Order: sequence, then C-alpha cells, then structure tokens
Amino acid sequence: MTTTTARRLSRRTVPALPEPRGPLSAAVMGLLRGERDVDVPSPAASEPYGDDLQLALYVLYELHYQGFDGVPDEREWDSGLLAVRGALEDRFLGALRADVPVGAGDSAWAALDELQVEPVDGTGSVSHFLRDEGTVAQLREYAALRSLYHLKEADPHAWVIPRLYGRAKAAMVAVEFDEFGGGRADEIHAQLFADLMTDLGLETAYGHYLDAAPAEMLATVNLMSLFGLHRALRAALVGHFASVEVTSSPGSRRLAEALRRVGAGAAAVRFYAEHVEADAVHEQVVRHDVIGGLLEEEPALEADVVFGIRATGHLEDRLADRLLAAWRDGRSALRSPERAGTAA
Amino acid sequence: MLVEGPVEVVGEDGEVTVCDRFSVAVCTCRRSKIFPWCDTSHRKRAKRTTKDEDGTA
Ligand SMILES: [Fe+2]
Ligand SMILES: [Fe+2]
Repeated sequence: MTTTTARRLSRRTVPALPEPRGPLSAAVMGLLRGERDVDVPSPAASEPYGDDLQLALYVLYELHYQGFDGVPDEREWDSGLLAVRGALEDRFLGALRADVPVGAGDSAWAALDELQVEPVDGTGSVSHFLRDEGTVAQLREYAALRSLYHLKEADPHAWVIPRLYGRAKAAMVAVEFDEFGGGRADEIHAQLFADLMTDLGLETAYGHYLDAAPAEMLATVNLMSLFGLHRALRAALVGHFASVEVTSSPGSRRLAEALRRVGAGAAAVRFYAEHVEADAVHEQVVRHDVIGGLLEEEPALEADVVFGIRATGHLEDRLADRLLAAWRDGRSALRSPERAGTAA
Repeated sequence: MLVEGPVEVVGEDGEVTVCDRFSVAVCTCRRSKIFPWCDTSHRKRAKRTTKDEDGTA
C-alpha cells in the first residue's frame, strides 16, 4: 500500500517538546522554552537509567539531530545546555562503566565472537518472541518504539567519521553509504523504516512516539548519541556499531518472518529483509576493516571497543526484559498507548 | 565470502542474480535462505551465556 501513495518525509516534521517525566526533564524543558531562573537539580539524585534522566538527555541530544518546535536551532551550542548535558552524561556513563566491567586484557574479537553464536533456544530475545507468537499489535508497538532510532538510522554513527582515518574511515564510510541508500533517497534505511511504519498504520512524523517510549528505549538511543558525539568514545561507538551489525542479520530474519506471519505488507517486510542481506555484509566490513583498522592504528583503544559492545548488550537486555515482561503479561509495552495511537 | 560489488551470480540453472551493493556477501555454505547471498546461516549454534540481541542497523 505504500508504493502507490506519495511518501511523506518523516523529517519534514519538527516535533513538539515531550511531556516531562520528573524534576530533571521538567527543568531541561523549561530551559528549552527560554524560561529564566530555572533551577536544574543535580543528576546525582536521579536514577541513571530512569525515565527522568534519560528523557532529559534524549531531548538535549535531539538538538543535534532535528530539534524541537519553538526551540531556536542555535541552542544546539548553548553553553548552559551543554553543561547540563555534560552532567547527565557523567551520570549515565558512570553507571555504564560500573555495570559493564572491562578487564585490561579483554579481547574485542572474543567479545564479537560471543555474539556470533546463535542461541539454540533464543529465550529472552524479542525477535524470537515476535517470530513465534507476536501479534500485530505487538509488532506495531515494537516498530513505534524502534522508530526513535530508525527514523534517524545510522545518523549517530556518522559523527565518528572525522575521528577515524585510513582503513577504518574508508570502511565506515562504505557501510554508512549503504545505510544512507547508496546514493538513492528512496533506499535510505530511515526511509525504508518510515515505509514499514506506513504499512503498519503508524504515524511516521519524526518524534511522534517519544512520549510513548519507556526509559529503556531512550537509553539505547542515548548510548549511540553519547558515543557518537564524543571523540574520546570513538572506539566505543565502533564497538557498539559492530555489535548491532553482528546480531542484526539473524534478528532481522526473525522479524521479517514475524511480519510475514501476521500478513504485514511488502514494505514492512522489506525493511527487515534488506537488513538480513545488508548486515551480513556490514558485519564483516565493520569487524575486519573498521575495528581491525582502528585497532591497528590505536591498539590502546581495544578496551573501549569491548566497552561499546558490552554496554550495547547491557541496555538491549534491559529493553528486551521490559518489552517481554509487558507482552507476556498481556499489557502494552508503551507508556501511553492511547495517545500514541497504536492501541489495536 | 565478501566480493566487491556490483556482483552478478550465474546459477547452475543459468539464472542471473544481481546485487549492486558496494560489497556483497556471497553464500558459500549453501544454507542461506536468500542464496546466492549470505544471511549468516553458516553461524555456529550453541547454548549461550548471554542473551541474544535484537537491534538492527
Ligand atoms: Fe540499516
Ligand atoms: Fe547495517
């Protein structure tokens, strides 16, 4: 049904600021609305993976992507906002460093090899659950949540390009070129995802599902923005990207099967079918040439590659637990399913 | 097996399959469900201590 109608460009929309989820995000929203004398509480009192901190951080990161309606574009580099962002990042990164220990001699290759083994049972994986018993409503919820990343797919990773050189840079750019459609706007992966959303009857306007997304989803996107925006974390960004590319191909196959099983349209299946094929390539290029090239030049960064891989797994596990707990219980995994318009 | 793209594969039945990606993963294990392209079906299967991840890139 998408091929006959004109495609709407998701990013023609500049979203409204979301609803605050606590004192931190309320203060950040106040600053963005230009309020004076806003008292920003210390993030030390806030749960590092909780809704309030993750939303505050997410909103500040969005200034680097699409911004918000009513917030001047120049505020991307507002020193006061950057200071708040820095304090939130310290809290988030501190929690990740504590929860994801990396030993001095830990190997990036061993960490990736571990991800390459396909589990026999697949318990605890969202893609196994959706393939075997996912309903249309659950697949729509999954797409609504993942849209926070996929409508800007591969954008956070583009920030690492100026921080790489030689073999790592050439390979990273080649994979990004593929993510951005290989020169064809219709094939940009973010556009393929918007087509999937249209097929599933979801709203494709950028930022539409932000209020519906729980902290666990926000954290997975904030991780990419954190790694992408900091040169000091360039190796973690590359480790993160590799870990997603390695696990994506088989996971995408299961999601394509889930969508076929519930009778979703061709465009919905296409997004995941494309990733089965593309990510079988991306995985090898990222392993051999991006990580291989980076570590050949800067071997001291190996621990951060491992950190990026494990931090990704840590936050993806938290998201999977949240989604599966809700769905196994017969509940929506969204914070506000009615407002998000995904109620079946 | 990675081959620089674009790639044309001629099957045993003479059928030609084309892929114009910058680099193409050609299946050499014959287990791929999207043969002649790789879908990572060659991977080892085993009990894992960590969970399977679901992200797509
Ligand atoms: Fe992609
Ligand atoms: Fe990819």
